[in-house]
Parts: sequence; structure tokens; C-alpha cells
Amino acid sequence: MKTTEMAIIGAGPAGLSCAVEAARAGAKVTVLDENLKPGGQLFKQIHKFFGSREHRAGTRGFRIGQQLLDETEKLGVEVLLNSTVYGLYEDRLIAYIKDGRDHTLKAEKIVIATGASENALAFPGCTLPGVMGAGAAQTMINVNRVLPGEKVVMVGSGNVGLIVSYQLMQAGADVVALIEAAPKIGGYGVHAAKIRRAGVPIFASTTIKEVLGEERVEGVITVELDEKWKQVNGTERQFEADTVCLAVGLSPLTELAWMAGCEFAFIPALGGHVPIHDRNMETTLPGIYVAGDVTGVEEASSAMEEGRLAGVAAAESLGYIDAQKAEELKKEIWGRLDALRTGPFGEGRRAAKFKQLSSRRLMA
Amino acid sequence: MRIVHHPILGDETRVCNAIITVDGRQIPAIEGEPIAAALLAAGIKKFRETPKHNKPRGIFCAIGRCTDCVMIVDGIPNVRTCITPVRDGMIIKTQKGLGEWSEAR
Repeated sequence: MKTTEMAIIGAGPAGLSCAVEAARAGAKVTVLDENLKPGGQLFKQIHKFFGSREHRAGTRGFRIGQQLLDETEKLGVEVLLNSTVYGLYEDRLIAYIKDGRDHTLKAEKIVIATGASENALAFPGCTLPGVMGAGAAQTMINVNRVLPGEKVVMVGSGNVGLIVSYQLMQAGADVVALIEAAPKIGGYGVHAAKIRRAGVPIFASTTIKEVLGEERVEGVITVELDEKWKQVNGTERQFEADTVCLAVGLSPLTELAWMAGCEFAFIPALGGHVPIHDRNMETTLPGIYVAGDVTGVEEASSAMEEGRLAGVAAAESLGYIDAQKAEELKKEIWGRLDALRTGPFGEGRRAAKFKQLSSRRLMA
Repeated sequence: MRIVHHPILGDETRVCNAIITVDGRQIPAIEGEPIAAALLAAGIKKFRETPKHNKPRGIFCAIGRCTDCVMIVDGIPNVRTCITPVRDGMIIKTQKGLGEWSEAR
């Protein structure tokens, strides 16, 4: 059986940042990812990141991804691609499939950095080909350079809905409408303004009544909602469209944390059930850490900071960083994390993360 | 439709260097791109039919999680086309229900 000091499941922003910190300290790190390429969802993010300079604001996501890959390579981190982890067993035994064959890996420390997946939304016609996640459309245009359609209705006005709308236009599609069930726009005003200037109509208090078509999307009927979220008859609008993109939130991919036996808290603001962790990102199971969207849906910058935190903490407990140095590093990272969780959009996440951290104390 | 020009990513530099056969029809593709991307580029959106009601399904998540885009690839059913890379000469079929293993492997 293969062994390693530290196994990280998921080679996205959280997992790779974690690997870099731990490997830099001297730990033997193995990263597993089911995809053919590392980077998670960073390579489809062609927009400039926000935050401050230390969060690499102003740098486009795919460039940050490339920098992370270069660092992991330079540090000699082992990255097992095309390796799907399907089990976490007692004594930190990992089971995974690679090239159709079963493998096991035993690690002293495990970091679960599996990310999140997009939510669906139910309406008549929601399963028709052409209805897809906004992130799916983003992957198709920015990674694979293929347009999913020419006329798109975007559902959801959070930052994902706003940014992907703009990127669909950059790729050559026409965004015929952006609709939002809530009475006001969910994401940053700067992104909403950008797509309004580009001529995309935004309809608040509006949802999909029906998507038309037999074999594929041919049109969309929207309807307005009253203050009780009930559809208002007579407010229907019809759009000619071949694609519907859903930007209605994400859910943490927590299966492995459940299987391992981690304790969870239910925090809707973080995407539902999330594994409880302490300020070292360690779960209720000693030696098992979490980082990134799996422990609460935020964004890539916070995921990278959480990854670093887990990397430092795990390397410390393996004896590669002394307590004082580790304390300094963790303090710096927490400072940056707290800065990312400020402002009208960050405060809610900050409060939710505080609740998650407190859950552990309440249980103890 | 393929994106040839792009304000951030620049012009497409890859060229179609593979042919795959989808339900008997030959379509051009780029070696290594996901099968689903090649299909979308060729205007194909329906990838399979559901087992009970024969309803069409296509790409939903595009990152290998939802399994809505599974097809029969070289005789193997339930292959996630959004994360399976194209190889020249692949034989792909729209999957009906749970699909069947075939001798075409």
C-alpha cells in the first residue's frame, strides 16, 4: 500500500494552496484529483479577481491557477490526476480508482478540498437539453472554447450569474435576459452595471414559468413574483432562447466528510450541511482537515486562504513548523481571511463561518 | 459553435485533428477536448434519453458530477462525455435508458 504524510483530495484552489504551504515546510504531500488536469474551477475564471493586492486582486483567475501549478511543480508535490477518491476509511485510509483500477493510500493527515457543485432549479422544461448550470456554460466557453448557445436567459443575479453573463457576451453569445427571483440584484453593483451597459435587460422579482421545446430549449416564458414569491398572472414575458443558464447557488461536495464520520452543522448561508472545523481547519476527526467550498461556499480567494491555513496547521502537527512560526503564519492568513469576509457581501459569510467555528465549541 | 476570436483568451490556435462518429455521422473534433465540447460545437445537444419516459437530456454541470451527459462511447455505456477526452476514431452513440454494452469495443 502506498503511504504519504499528507494527502489532499482535490487539486482546486484550496487543495493546491494547501499543498504549496505544506510542501514548502517540508512535508511529503500527495494531491489526488479525479480530473485530467489540476486547477479545479480556476481555469474557467477569466475575470480579474477582487479583494486587495495580497489576494492578487486584478489578476485573472486562470493566471492565478497557472502560478499555483508552477509552485506545486517547483516544490515537487506529487499530483495524482484521473484519480477518483471514493472512500475514506478508518485510520485515514483513502481508496481511489485510477485507470480503472482500485488503489489505496494511507496518510497521516488528510485534507478534504473537494469543492462544490451547482444547484438545479425545478420548473416545467428544466431537464431539456440547453438548460445548464452557469458554471457549465462558463467551462464550455472559457476552457473548451465552444458556445453552448446563441441566445441565453440567465437565471440568478449573484456574482456568478452576472460574471458569466458578461463572459457569454465576450464569447459571442447574446444574453437576452437576466432574471432574479428576489426584488433586487444579488451580486456586486459593478458587475451588474457592466452588463446593463452592454444592454442586457435585468428583471427582478421574476422567475421562469416554463421553458419551451420538445428536444431542446426553444424559448422561455418568465413570470413576475409578488412579495410572497407567488407568480402573478398576466405578467408573463416570452423570450426566444436556445439556452438557459442557472446561477442559483452551489452545494458543498461533502460526501467524503460524511463517510469519514465528521460532525456537521446546518448553515444555509454556507450552502447547507457543512463539516464543522476549528481555526486550524481540522474537523471533529483528528488529522482530517477541510478547506475551500466543501466547508462553506464562498469564492476562490477564501478557498486559497483556507487551504493555506490547513497546510500550515497540518505541517505543524507533523512537526515541520514550530509552534511559534506556525502561530505567526496562521495569524497572517486569518487576517487576510477576515479581510475577505468584510463589507455588505462578506459580513454574512463571516457570521456564518463564526457560527460554524462555534458549533465545535458548543459540542465540546 | 466554436469561439474563434476572444477578447481575453485571444484567437483559437488549435485545429480539428480528429474525426469522431456520432450515431453514424462523422464530426470534426480536437484531440483531447471533452467529447461533450465536440458535440456542442457540432450543434448536438441531446446526448441521451431517460429510461422510463425517453426524455432528452444533455449537458448540465460539465464537470463530471451530474452524469446527465452520459453516452455510449466505443461500446461502453454511461461514459461521462464532459470529462472524457476525444480520441480520433471514437464511436459515440446516443444512450437510450441505461445503455447496453456492445461488441464495437
